[in-house]
Amino acid sequence: MFYRPAPMHLPDGFLSTIVSIVFWAISVLTLAYALRRAGKDLGERQLPLMGVLAAAIFAGQMLNFSVTGGTSGHLLGAAIATILVGPWPAVIVMTTVVSIQALIFQDGGLLALGSNLFNMAVVGVAVSYFVYTSLRRLAPRRPWSTLVGGFVAAWSSIFIASLSAALQLAISGTSPANIAVPAMAGIHALIGVGEGMITVGALTFLMATRRDLLAREQASSRGGVGVWVFGLGIALVLAVLSPLASANPDGLEWVAEQKGFLEAARAPLYNLIPDYVLPGVSNEALATILAGVAGTLIVFAVTLGVAYLRRSRENTV
Amino acid sequence: MHVHFLDPYRPLPSPVHALDSRVKFVLAVAFILTVSLTPFGAWPVYLLLLSIMLSVEILSGLGVGYVLRRASLALPFVLAAFPLLFTTPGTVILKLPLGTWTLALTAEGALRFANVAVKSWLSVQAAIVLASSTPFPDLLLAMRAVRIPRLLVAMFGLMWRYLFVLVDEALRLMRARAARSGLVRQPRHTAGRLRPGGSLAWRARVAGGMAGSLFLRAVDRSDRIYVAMLSRGYDGEVRSFTLPPVSSGARVTLVTGLTVLGLLWLSGTLVWG
Amino acid sequence: MHHSIDVHDLVFSYPDGHPALRGVSFGIAPGEKVAIVGPNGAGKSTLLLHLNGILRGAGQVSVCGQVLSDQTLGPIRSAVGMVFQDPDDQLFSPTVFDDVAFGPMYQGLPEPEVRARVTTALADVGMAGRVNRVSHHLSSGEKKRIAIATVLAMDPEVLVLDEPTAGLDPRARRDLIRLLRELPQTMLVSTHDLRMVQELFLRTIVMDEGVVCSDGPTADLLAAPDVLQAHGLEVP
Repeated sequence: MFYRPAPMHLPDGFLSTIVSIVFWAISVLTLAYALRRAGKDLGERQLPLMGVLAAAIFAGQMLNFSVTGGTSGHLLGAAIATILVGPWPAVIVMTTVVSIQALIFQDGGLLALGSNLFNMAVVGVAVSYFVYTSLRRLAPRRPWSTLVGGFVAAWSSIFIASLSAALQLAISGTSPANIAVPAMAGIHALIGVGEGMITVGALTFLMATRRDLLAREQASSRGGVGVWVFGLGIALVLAVLSPLASANPDGLEWVAEQKGFLEAARAPLYNLIPDYVLPGVSNEALATILAGVAGTLIVFAVTLGVAYLRRSRENTV
Repeated sequence: MHVHFLDPYRPLPSPVHALDSRVKFVLAVAFILTVSLTPFGAWPVYLLLLSIMLSVEILSGLGVGYVLRRASLALPFVLAAFPLLFTTPGTVILKLPLGTWTLALTAEGALRFANVAVKSWLSVQAAIVLASSTPFPDLLLAMRAVRIPRLLVAMFGLMWRYLFVLVDEALRLMRARAARSGLVRQPRHTAGRLRPGGSLAWRARVAGGMAGSLFLRAVDRSDRIYVAMLSRGYDGEVRSFTLPPVSSGARVTLVTGLTVLGLLWLSGTLVWG
Repeated sequence: MHHSIDVHDLVFSYPDGHPALRGVSFGIAPGEKVAIVGPNGAGKSTLLLHLNGILRGAGQVSVCGQVLSDQTLGPIRSAVGMVFQDPDDQLFSPTVFDDVAFGPMYQGLPEPEVRARVTTALADVGMAGRVNRVSHHLSSGEKKRIAIATVLAMDPEVLVLDEPTAGLDPRARRDLIRLLRELPQTMLVSTHDLRMVQELFLRTIVMDEGVVCSDGPTADLLAAPDVLQAHGLEVP
């Protein structure tokens, strides 16, 4: 079975509900705007181009190469998508890839999808765009600026996106910032190198075989100042915030505690149930036992029911 | 070669399979949301949610073993929550000396870790059952029903359709590379100087070239698809059939499911929140 | 003047300067079944793409009495059913039903009518049972026939096919030939398969280097091996 260990696709259960919902909202708004812009940039061609490119990126993620004995480098694709079709279409392409991965292959959770989309489809694309266009401007007509720009854009997209994921984990209280940030940053600084190398390899190939393709798509990448500024901004924010959070985990825990404080403030309203119903047995233990019994009965009943139906179906056949 | 193993859908004659995909989709998301909203320590609620999940897995004919096996593949990430064991303040139950540091495993930490693991485990099972019991085109329908923009749904459809085509192409590229990557046994006098497999940079270039070739084929194919779409009258607007009405049986299932989940959430929040 | 194709002095060069068509003229009468043969690079596929306005060259193209222009693109694309060489390019929807319904839907037909067209078209190509299948589970022969169904559902007056038997195993090829024989539409088929041409098409156009070299009864062409060889073809 194909499975990619993906340190960046957060599964469900790791982010608090509030964090999930907030990032869902941000991603949805970004996506809505991207859908309109992509239509303007690409016109009618957008549907087949973006759909098939998303499939190619997914397939491309299966192309690995061994870095050292056990590990292998993989492709995320945000940078190459941005370079090929421009930032707004790339947001949609990456959204498609990450969503299908979550829905069909459980690569990332469904509630956490909003956050994963923010990290990979929004931050990944914006940072790629910012880095790539900036570096290209150094030497617009020389091939080296494309390759160097591609490499750094790919690396940055992975690195900064991982910082975003680490902070999301920290705010949710799942992983303390002073561990999550260095861990994610460290791992992805390495993975980013692999991404950079594959991106450069792909760009080299495309420049050699179809330079018109790169030129054609870049002409339509009127991403504009907005994306560039956002890319710069988010990269700065995350790059600055992460070491800060790392050094002062209390800061983020303060946030988590505020939430806890709020919940604790609600608690007295719900103290309707006494601490125990049976003498000596706490309510919680009792409830757990009851739930266990009820649960077992449910599963047992269903199993019996299904077996019975199957047997009766076989008998009538 | 056909890459069928990528498609998790398993057609089976079960009531879960037959249930309207829109209802399944909403219930799966509601289940995951309920899991997420269940407070830490609400073990009875988790138990009941687990029993519901197991029942659905049995009912669907997919089998608990299949679902749990797939679920275990999604769980290595749980390691990311490991630090919780040692950093959550509380009553220490175990001390692990590690060089100059001492890792203190706390009961609270273990509890938090267990919570994260259980939430993750329950949620992924719901996603697996949804994907394995629903044909993808029906999932697209469900997406349309929850008001996801038609253009995006169409794009999902295209990606999925060409996923198999392009993964086939990627596999062919990898097989061609493997066929040309014969390992030459080094004669002793060159040992250490010949590097089998080539340098890292070279290997990355090859992989990158394969990726580039894949993208190129994808873009070319998208042009041909566009021509085929134009030839059949495509005008840029995404058109689709009106959604069929939801049967009353499906409606009942939806309401029942949401009610049960709501009650579980409520009891969890009231007692442990 | 319906059911016909009329091409007059068609000239077309690709953006990179490569001259693909250098003055092509021919006419196809209603109900005729004509084959176009020639070596690779002769311009056959380019020519076909002009017949429904995907490519626009200098010269005149008339289909079913309408001259091809910006205004007539819609009706002409309805009237010309184009089947491309790779069915994977043409089956782009999640299910067979969606693909066959695509054409009628974009023709603006009401839903019950669309469903009826899908049923009829699939029955016509012998794929009635495949309605809910997903395209990647089908064999190449099945895909080709469903690709034909996707255009039949639009009720075209002319069918244009690019290399229909390419890549098919003998049985699938046999089935396809039988299907093409049964379909009543005016037909223009570009192909390398001279045995099929011999069986199905009474008239053959030979193209080479962007021009029409010969246009006449198939039997005459197949009896002239030197002409065949001059244009990269072999006697079947």
